[in-house]
Amino acid sequence: MLYKKKWPLLVFLVPGFVMMLVFLYLPFINNIRGSLYDMTSVVQMPGQEFKFIGLENYKNLFIDPKIRIAIINSFKMMGLTIVFQIGTALLLAILVDSIKHGQQFFRIVYFFPIVISATAIGLIFKLFYNYNGGMLNQLLEHFGKEPINWLAPSIAFVMISIPTLWSYVGFYFVILLTGINGISDEMYEAAAIDGCSKFKQVFYITLPLLRGVICTCVTLGVTGALKVFDLPWAIVPKGAPQGVTHFLGTYMYEQTFTISNFDYGSTIALLIVIFGVVVSWIVSRIIRPDKNLEYGGAE
Amino acid sequence: MKRKLSIGYVIIYLVLILWAITTIFPFVWVINNSFKPSREVVNSSFSLPKEFTLANYENAFEKQNILTSYYNSMVISGSVTISVMILSSMMAFAMTRYNFKGKSIINSLIISSLMFPAFSTIIPVFKMMTDFNLLNKAISVILPQIAGNLSFATLVMMGFLRGIPLEMEEAAYMEGAGVGSVFVRIITPLLRPALATVAIFCFLWSYNDLFTQLIMIRRRVKYPISALLIEISSKYGKDFGLMAAAVTLIIVPVLLVYVFLQKNIIKGLTAGAIKG
Repeated sequence: MLYKKKWPLLVFLVPGFVMMLVFLYLPFINNIRGSLYDMTSVVQMPGQEFKFIGLENYKNLFIDPKIRIAIINSFKMMGLTIVFQIGTALLLAILVDSIKHGQQFFRIVYFFPIVISATAIGLIFKLFYNYNGGMLNQLLEHFGKEPINWLAPSIAFVMISIPTLWSYVGFYFVILLTGINGISDEMYEAAAIDGCSKFKQVFYITLPLLRGVICTCVTLGVTGALKVFDLPWAIVPKGAPQGVTHFLGTYMYEQTFTISNFDYGSTIALLIVIFGVVVSWIVSRIIRPDKNLEYGGAE
Repeated sequence: MKRKLSIGYVIIYLVLILWAITTIFPFVWVINNSFKPSREVVNSSFSLPKEFTLANYENAFEKQNILTSYYNSMVISGSVTISVMILSSMMAFAMTRYNFKGKSIINSLIISSLMFPAFSTIIPVFKMMTDFNLLNKAISVILPQIAGNLSFATLVMMGFLRGIPLEMEEAAYMEGAGVGSVFVRIITPLLRPALATVAIFCFLWSYNDLFTQLIMIRRRVKYPISALLIEISSKYGKDFGLMAAAVTLIIVPVLLVYVFLQKNIIKGLTAGAIKG
């Protein structure tokens, strides 16, 4: 009865929807359009026409050697995210769930790096990696070893991946731990009575029942890997050294806002979205989050 | 049997504590080093300060004007947070209490916008801000950040509102209350836990979002805090003491807020991630 009259709907829905329309949906469409034109500047002067170049930018994606590095790095980061970030988080969540004292402490502490800005974490690692008197080289010196250039082209990608992966482990840890807490104790007790060891319980109870939550984590993880920007940018801006640490996000920023190649930047931005949609579709195909529902299992 | 079990527990605790050290050590290290002169950071970054100094902080406050950036960040993130709280609770109210044509379209639009990373909208938004001469103004960061956070916030609110039965609202209606007063007097107070979650996350995301800040704000006096950090790092990257102090100043307030509010944060995170 209360909600029969429809006019208040306009008042409640329209302001927020207009915000999203103006600053999300329309820009998204304009971005696609922009990728088809040769935009020499961001503002169109009166009388100036941008030339329609069709799919020229998209062809460029196949030729540009730097975008290849960025794509490969972003996909490597996805793989590393699944294995190390979510893997570590899963291990930690199972371990924390099995202890009695200090659960709360670990929960709070593991979450620290997520609330801290990636920029600040990036700068801390920049101090760690510095050649002259950085934390790591001080350690080496202490043990009488030669200092290492931690950001040399051959190892730069690994050194940037480490903080990127490390900083978000706590995020998936908390999600997975909540999922594990939701599994009823009776199930474990029944298994224990049947002589199932703690170790086996993980494989036969915890992991199968976590399917949906793990799928959420993997989807968030791989799409998150495509959005990596702040941390690499804070440690080594512009994909230095020699562009080997470029990710799709940093390369898009460099092309757009330092080289002013706006149309190519739009193309890369669209590529990021396409990759995100395709990869999350593949993830849901492989993990099949609702598989348990098919034979009436738990949620 | 019993002894074996306790060895297992020791190993578990060792692993957990080891990881905890990795998440605590970097922050302790940087805070500790912010009280040393740079040459001491370079030589002995592990020991406690031998010459305790506040010079790095004086430098950060006086020469680098970190307070101005704090102020800029508070204006931006405060406005984003409040606007998102208001707009998302209104949208969620409309989406969960009304039936209307096109509801499912709007619903899928809200969900699909979670897939738009900032990259895919920033160039046209940048163009818009340039056209309207808003670059370097706080509003140029505030507006896209509101839009970017709105869909997540609305989904959290919708999940929360669906769980609230309609009876109270119906009763209020019988007493003669209109939709407006139902929303303000009944819905908003009930939404408080969800609002807290949304507020914390919006604030953190906005405060920490370097990408939008770098693009929209190019004048140093207007820099929010993350952009200022990048600036300090590129200009004074060799001054380790100053870097440590600047990083400390950006992380300590966040850590304090987090430790006080961590219950809300973690609860909200799981609600948002699993339902969204």
